[in-house]
Amino acid sequence: MKRKWRDMEQALGFTVLRLSAVIIIVILAFILYDVFSKGAGVINWEFLSDKPRKGMTEGGIWPAIVGTFWVSLVTVIVSVPIGMFTAIYLNEYAKQGRLIRIIRLAIRNLSGVPSIVYGLFGFALFTLMLNLGLSVISSGLTLGLLTLPWTITASEEALKTVPRSYREGALALGATKWQTIRTNVLPYAVPGMLTGTILGLARAAGETAPILFTGVAFFWPVLPKFPQMLSQQFMALPYHLFIMSTQHHEIVKVRPLAYGTALVLIFLIVLMNSVAVVIRYRFRKKYKRV
Amino acid sequence: MQNRKHKNKAVILRQLRENIIERFFQVNGLFAVIVLVGIFSLLLIEGLPALQSLGLKEFFLNRIWDPTSFERESYGLLSMIVSTLMVTLGAMVIAVPLGILCAAYIADIAKPRVREIIKPVIEILAGIPSVVIGFMGIIVVGPMLAKIFGTSNGLNAMNGSILLAVMSLPTIISISEDAILAVPQEFKNASLALGATRWQTLVRVTIPAAMSGIIASVMLGMGRAIGETMTVLMATGNAPAMPGGFFDSVRTMTATIAIELGETVQGGIHYKSLFVIGFVLFLMTFVVNLVSDVVLQKYQKVSR
Repeated sequence: MKRKWRDMEQALGFTVLRLSAVIIIVILAFILYDVFSKGAGVINWEFLSDKPRKGMTEGGIWPAIVGTFWVSLVTVIVSVPIGMFTAIYLNEYAKQGRLIRIIRLAIRNLSGVPSIVYGLFGFALFTLMLNLGLSVISSGLTLGLLTLPWTITASEEALKTVPRSYREGALALGATKWQTIRTNVLPYAVPGMLTGTILGLARAAGETAPILFTGVAFFWPVLPKFPQMLSQQFMALPYHLFIMSTQHHEIVKVRPLAYGTALVLIFLIVLMNSVAVVIRYRFRKKYKRV
Repeated sequence: MQNRKHKNKAVILRQLRENIIERFFQVNGLFAVIVLVGIFSLLLIEGLPALQSLGLKEFFLNRIWDPTSFERESYGLLSMIVSTLMVTLGAMVIAVPLGILCAAYIADIAKPRVREIIKPVIEILAGIPSVVIGFMGIIVVGPMLAKIFGTSNGLNAMNGSILLAVMSLPTIISISEDAILAVPQEFKNASLALGATRWQTLVRVTIPAAMSGIIASVMLGMGRAIGETMTVLMATGNAPAMPGGFFDSVRTMTATIAIELGETVQGGIHYKSLFVIGFVLFLMTFVVNLVSDVVLQKYQKVSR
């Protein structure tokens, strides 16, 4: 009798656990299904390649796609080198001690700073103090700082997967520390760093709060040539979705356009995630052979 | 002799180069510290004049936030602090049990193939932008709540809590899962050998052993919920008043900054008071992260 009760308890408990996992899957499935089923209808060449027309009730989202692209590019240029170098310092050079503890504490806390606080900081520092104004540069710098903790963590993870023996082999042959890192560590860590970078970029592309005051525009259809545009305002996909779903004067009429924007945004992010996963998978396979 | 001198020079040069390279990486490492200190100082510098001229009492004891009033401008943060905490608390009530259960499922009983499916699901969920979640709050969760509870619209604290729960779930699940996986197999074996079922082992041995990691995951999830901006901005209705319950429209600290910074006069007292909000927000998340850090460190020591 007692045994039976115990078995029932276990069966019940496992069912609850399974159910909780099912709920998570259903949440994601619902979001993807809802956005896809209602957004797919407006996706066509015109929507992707045209600028918004007639008070944003018609037309497309091309300027927002381009804006998101350029801001993300600046973000990467800011965040990736510093993040990689920091990771190399932490994983290859630094000895355990107070300095390291402080740096790690700072990184962990930076990753917890709310995105709107980065927005405030970027606005006060880049837009006003450094006089970069409302621009692609200001937003890219702000997002670069926001993504920094992620790039550092991802790069460090990648460095950690390189076996100790690779380093020892080079050092034993008389190579200096830097030679060792350059020839025997980095080549094996770069794919992993790339994965982390793409994942960080995907998250940056979806951020809205940090660009809110540093350069994103309600409507900015002009797409000037490359260098000048960096110092101008821009449209961005997440902000465009925000506008279309809360600020537009004909909210119900533009709902399909909002769904379309959400679909493009999610598609871009899932695409970047998949690319990162594929790189990670190939990297692992290559490793097994070594 | 000549040759040795030459060689020494080469060695010294090489050493010098190595040192320079190491310094270069070190300076980069310090950058993170500089940014953190920079954010802290800038918020303080911008916010301090408002704190000084209005006084702490105005900010933390006054219940009314109305900086553009014609009669008397009011700068009470209390209502938005309460709103932020309320929405966060609601989110945790949903996300903590769900997250821990899901983490236990993935770490303890899911078959490898199921794990291969659910891990990417959580990664993708973590990657869904906050505006998309907010959008769902407006068009799906809001109407649903209005229908179920018979309110005029569903843009209230409850809506915000549900959305923030979805946003903090990936954090809670992935860190709790790591903590549960880190529990040594010997613990479980000992329990199973004594005749306990897998379920009893999970509930009475594995989860208690992973508790500090789980607590840390909850703190980090909470930090995310406190700092989240776009979802609450879109889904909670943004009424700047002291909330009376979960069906009231609320305006959090993050939403207030997002709404008002664009409308203020730069350098004015209203502008500066928004940096005070930012500073308080920074301190809140800083403390939450610090606590999770301390708990996590303790747990790493124990598991070793």
